[in-house]
Amino acid sequence: MTRTLGLVPAIALATALFGGAAGAQTIKIGVNEPLTGAFAASGTYVVNGAKIAADEINAKGGILGKKIELVIEDNKSNPTEAAAVAEKLITSDKVPVLMGAWGSSLTLAVMPKLMEYETPMVVETSSSGKITTTGNPFIFRISPPSAIEAAAFKNIVDKLALKKVDFLVINNDWGRGTAEDFSKMMKEKGIGIGLVETMDQGAQDMSAQLSKIKSSDSETVIVTTAVDQLTLIFKQAAALGLKKRIITTGGSQNPDQIIAQAGAAANGTMHLTTFLPWFPDKTPNPEATNYFIAEWKKRGFDFAGCTESFRGYDGIRTVAAAIEKAGKAEPAAIKAALWNINIKGLNGDIVFRKSGPEGKESGQSQPNVYLIEIADGKIEMKTL
Amino acid sequence: MSEFLQHLINMLVLGGTYALLGIGLTLIFGIMNVVNFTHGVLYTFGAYIMFIVVQQFGLNFFLALPVAVLAGWLLGAAIELTLLRPLRGSDIDTTMLVMIGAWIAMQSGTLWIWGGVAKSVATPFPEAPLVLGPVSVSWLRLFVLAAAAMLILVTYLLINKTSLGRAMRATFQDHDTASLMGVNVDMIYTSTFAIGSSLAAAAGALLGPVYVIFPQMGDLAAVKAFAIVILGGLGNITGAVIGGFILALAEELGAGYVSSGYRDAMGFLIIIAVLIFRPTGLFARAERVG
Repeated sequence: MTRTLGLVPAIALATALFGGAAGAQTIKIGVNEPLTGAFAASGTYVVNGAKIAADEINAKGGILGKKIELVIEDNKSNPTEAAAVAEKLITSDKVPVLMGAWGSSLTLAVMPKLMEYETPMVVETSSSGKITTTGNPFIFRISPPSAIEAAAFKNIVDKLALKKVDFLVINNDWGRGTAEDFSKMMKEKGIGIGLVETMDQGAQDMSAQLSKIKSSDSETVIVTTAVDQLTLIFKQAAALGLKKRIITTGGSQNPDQIIAQAGAAANGTMHLTTFLPWFPDKTPNPEATNYFIAEWKKRGFDFAGCTESFRGYDGIRTVAAAIEKAGKAEPAAIKAALWNINIKGLNGDIVFRKSGPEGKESGQSQPNVYLIEIADGKIEMKTL
Repeated sequence: MSEFLQHLINMLVLGGTYALLGIGLTLIFGIMNVVNFTHGVLYTFGAYIMFIVVQQFGLNFFLALPVAVLAGWLLGAAIELTLLRPLRGSDIDTTMLVMIGAWIAMQSGTLWIWGGVAKSVATPFPEAPLVLGPVSVSWLRLFVLAAAAMLILVTYLLINKTSLGRAMRATFQDHDTASLMGVNVDMIYTSTFAIGSSLAAAAGALLGPVYVIFPQMGDLAAVKAFAIVILGGLGNITGAVIGGFILALAEELGAGYVSSGYRDAMGFLIIIAVLIFRPTGLFARAERVG
């Protein structure tokens, strides 16, 4: 009797071990996104987009004969947590590849961990130039760095007749990097640079910065931050009677959410975005865009999130394509394969080109950038 | 000049709510000697009650405010009865740890129920601001300032003009003597904690609609409340009110004329200065120490 009882824990242990082995029948992909904190809305959208990609791939039989499994962890919009989450995903969940980490500061915090564990990561949102120029060969970015955004914007500044601009940017690598790249481009164009104001990522009251901008002699304000803070800025700017043209960058604006929450205050604002869910036919890959939007709506998600969630969708499809090409789910093979993929993303072809110091280049894809304008509560496309 | 006037208006609006946050915390510390780490969560709680009542049940915005205050009062009383009363007489560190635990548990609970994505509350106020010459201010914020001023006045009258207030002040001075004079000290503690909590919930209910509502919104509010309490002196209600306005002024002028990147640092620079030169707070009366 004692012996039989002694068997119970042994069986339990064996089951647990075999359970773990059964888990290995899937291919794990680590997803490191902000699901709480300042960027919760954006990170959640990206994860929902990623799930659509995973379900689509699994419905078609998975890759290499196995289903893919997303291991999703919350980095709490906090760089320290983002690095810890990456370490946990790589060492404890044994994922061979990651997608993340939404914000530039979050991604930059993860990067040393990628070097340490030699695991590649597809960067789906971050736009700080530093990410692909500091020599981290495990980085493969599908979002546009702010220099690409600035270059795209360059073609339209004459048409907008910009004379002098102020900046209001989030006080992290993303915001400061954007202010730097856009200032450089504008100075070349002979446009004056006025104030460069910053705000903390968790700040809710930007009245002081906006009051200062209201009194400046610029006619345009470039604003860089995510949707929650943008909504507050539009409301607070309206309350202060700020009547300058506002142009936002970074592609995390979710214009529909701004229209819904800021109302009339959003009219006349312009936004640099990286996806056109409102005009699927004008996107590089209309069929895939229509499928994605239909699936997004079918799952009952807010349409406003599409401009953000498509990155998660493209990111996971990029990772899956690389695993397929590698022929095995191992970090080194996936890293090598990422250089050779060519897939149709929702925002242009995803092909990685070398960026950064020779010998340890990061991969950078060249996505499209669009300028849209909100007029009478509707979204209109501007030609860049 | 118009920029300066606009900063002053912003300071008034912000300072009113900071004062409201500060008095709740200073009251609890002064009377109960408890460092209330749940203050920020109660602020968040008030904001979510507002969201539930206005957005989920579709009730009137102005009716939702007293509901949030009452809910904050009840939650505060519950925390006092279940967590603090059994610990009466234990040292300040033990209660502090328990309060930190309660803070984390309640914040995680909010996250669990509502998720991390921010919510917003519709208000009945017009979007167009009130324009007074070169400055303008939103109607909602003016209402928040007026409501905060009213709540501060009510708290002041409660403490200085009622028998409950007299008992609270007696307990603050010496709880043993107060107890000997027939004051029910247990009841005073529960009331104090409930009142302080309802003020935090009121601040959250007022500011939630101004900003956005999310589970960690109380963290920054709590940090500011602690700063205000230190500025004004522990347990000093008038000090907390003035401290609230000083912090708001430092933030506005700091962001306006020094650097917006250091906006939140401005208030804390003042606190460091206060701790060095007047460690009992800016408004502490001379006290006999020996």
